[in-house]
Amino acid sequence: MSEDEKQRILDYVKQQKKSKLYFNDLCKAVPEIKMMAAKKVVNELVNEGKLKYWSSGSTTMYMLPSEGDVEKEEKGMN
Amino acid sequence: MALKHATPMLDELEKGPWPSFVSDVKRMAAKGNKMCEDWLGLMELSFKEKEGHWKHGGIVGVFGYGGGVIGRYCDRPDLFPNVAHFHTMRVNQPCSKYYSTGILRKLCDLWEAHGSGLTNMHGSTGDIVLLGTTTDHLEPLFYELTHEFKMDLGGSGSNLRTPEGCLGMSRCEWSCINTQDIIYDLTQEYQDALHRPMFPYKFKFKSSGCPMDCVASIARSDCSIIGTWRDAIRIDQEAVKAYVGGELVPHAGADGPRKDFDIKAEVIDLCPTKCMEYDGKTLKIHTSDCVRCMHCIRVLPRALRPGLDRGATILVGAKAPILEGAQLGSVVIPFIKMESPYTEFKGFVEKMWDWWMEEGKNRERIGETIQRLTLREFLKVVELEPDPRMVNTPRFNPYIFYDPAAVPGGWEHDAAAFRQRHQA
Repeated sequence: MSEDEKQRILDYVKQQKKSKLYFNDLCKAVPEIKMMAAKKVVNELVNEGKLKYWSSGSTTMYMLPSEGDVEKEEKGMN
Repeated sequence: MALKHATPMLDELEKGPWPSFVSDVKRMAAKGNKMCEDWLGLMELSFKEKEGHWKHGGIVGVFGYGGGVIGRYCDRPDLFPNVAHFHTMRVNQPCSKYYSTGILRKLCDLWEAHGSGLTNMHGSTGDIVLLGTTTDHLEPLFYELTHEFKMDLGGSGSNLRTPEGCLGMSRCEWSCINTQDIIYDLTQEYQDALHRPMFPYKFKFKSSGCPMDCVASIARSDCSIIGTWRDAIRIDQEAVKAYVGGELVPHAGADGPRKDFDIKAEVIDLCPTKCMEYDGKTLKIHTSDCVRCMHCIRVLPRALRPGLDRGATILVGAKAPILEGAQLGSVVIPFIKMESPYTEFKGFVEKMWDWWMEEGKNRERIGETIQRLTLREFLKVVELEPDPRMVNTPRFNPYIFYDPAAVPGGWEHDAAAFRQRHQA
């Protein structure tokens, strides 16, 4: 996996109006690679803390850390 | 001890002959469990208003995992502050749910220390579901679970969900495959898919040892692995006579003692393909017509047994109703040997996943993708030949849609020209 692929995915996420994106959406940033390979790139971005998971329990989406802060999310509940 | 919230409607659920979860939760609340106290109040409010007060979803989780924790919040934290955050954790159950009472006690102690103490044994994927904790407890609990208990979180979200199997060969004489080994092997092999989401939606494996399908895999799993056999049912003619003569009790005595067993009415006439006959002396089964429904084996377990050339039937596409209504799985591999390390099966799984990841829409189960893009297309990508056993009712359905590429000479269909000739 290349740094270029990671950067293209991050740039793509930043350009979107929606804060949460499906895995399929992220793959649009790197159309030349298979989805199994794209998964490794996305995993790496999660491990580096550059993307975050958001899960409804049944579906999982991805977001930028700046969009999803646990403390803020939980304060919003109170 | 008086509880914090009055619960007249929940109290109704304690009446009657059955054990009540309300009594269980009240017992914990009476011991001073504040989460349980507020949980009772929240449930009462929901019953009163006939509206749910839970919101689910969020970014909570443990590091490196994209599943196993489901954020859950109450939308009335002003009234019920102790359940304002009430996250669920799914713990991967041991194969066939075998565990000692010792580990269960330790698990309950761990959950009382880190959560509400409420559990759901078990979720529909078989997970041990731990209900209600707060974000600060997630990592410490996960550390202890993995390091002390040697247990792991299960699947949630767009992951492979925790694979589940029946008791299999550990308890059941009918099991044609080692479901425990299959489930353990798949769980280990596909750890990455279990913990790091990549699919358009959830994906479930379930395995039953025989066509009785005790884990209901045919209805509940995207990929069912159901034990079967391809030779003949083994018949002990003397035992058949003993059933007919009343010396043995049918259904292994499940209906109590009885002497009125009628083999024609209860077995021969109920065979779905009418492949059995009994002339008063000998029971015959025409194996080529047998669909392995196991009804006869179930009624006459001492006389009939599954054959010895065993393996599994693989079905794909079952799901509960969300988009297209409930679907049962379709047969895609009528027979596969399913011997460790299951290389042939895993080859099929990976081709199937590759295709679904590329073609599946967001929140589309694989059964829906197959329905949208056709079973023929699916068979092409997983490199399987169509087979009459894949057709739901092959003896009654006269419609076959041939693929032009599969017919010598083929043909081309010009839809626009057709419409030109058939304008009305």
